[in-house]
Amino acid sequence: MSDPIYWPSFFFLLFAGIACAFAIAVVVSSNIVRMAFYLVMSLAATAGLFFVAGADFVGSMQVLIYVGGTLVLLVFGVMLTSQDRFISMKTSRFELGMAAGVGACLFLLLLFAAWSVPEWRSLSREQVDAIALEPTATPLGMALLGARVDAPESPDVAGYLLVFEIISVHLLVVLVGAAYLARAKRKGSAIAE
Amino acid sequence: MMPLFANILTEPVGVAHYLVVGAVLFVCGALCMATKRNAIGVLLGIELVLNGANLNFIAFGSRYLRDSQGTIGLDGQLMSLFVIVLAAAEAAVALAIALNFYNSFSSIDVDQADQLQG
Repeated sequence: MSDPIYWPSFFFLLFAGIACAFAIAVVVSSNIVRMAFYLVMSLAATAGLFFVAGADFVGSMQVLIYVGGTLVLLVFGVMLTSQDRFISMKTSRFELGMAAGVGACLFLLLLFAAWSVPEWRSLSREQVDAIALEPTATPLGMALLGARVDAPESPDVAGYLLVFEIISVHLLVVLVGAAYLARAKRKGSAIAE
Repeated sequence: MMPLFANILTEPVGVAHYLVVGAVLFVCGALCMATKRNAIGVLLGIELVLNGANLNFIAFGSRYLRDSQGTIGLDGQLMSLFVIVLAAAEAAVALAIALNFYNSFSSIDVDQADQLQG
């Protein structure tokens, strides 16, 4: 082989393979506990893809919030509802076959769309090596507070202070609502209410 | 269509490679939502779909995947942060609803949630 291996591409392939394989395993598996574990692996590999794309802060947040928070919540859901008859629920063969057909069509459409735009192809090796490495945490934090330090030459680029506030209040309201909805009730009293 | 994997190990990857991975995650999530009978399984499918969308945002915002005139810059990463937070909120509410359904009907099968059927 004339060219040596380009290691970012190797790690992209590694993480992409893990993410796709475990995502397919989530669909194929019928055991809910295994599905949750496969999803943890798939989302963790996606965090690796974020790192390879240069999004270090978002990759860390993916591991912290998604894998560490949201999926633990879902695993609690699995544990709270894990009677024997709900652990493994089979889907009928007809439905699985139809889903595979529809999914293959949708995937081919997306694949065609992704490869039909020439600007979305990769840069050359020299171009990528010329790009200076920049950490993203500080510009992201400043953008959430409304100041875009990453684009100082264009003052009309908007900050995200309002979105940040709305999303904060939204998260608070949602968590209060979820705690209210899921509060402990005596069995059978919910219908009578 | 150019050859997909001819020189992928020796050349940098582009936005299109990331879009393909995002498409796989999206399709898997959509199929999961459509075929699973366990309500928690449907929630896992939703997480997969949101994650595929997140991956596309990151790819379009990255400076290493295409020339910097074409990227959406830091906005992509900000959008994907918002998606992560909203996914957490969505999972909390949906799980509360699923647990409520389970408390009322002693079942987590979405096919049995048909009381509103006309």
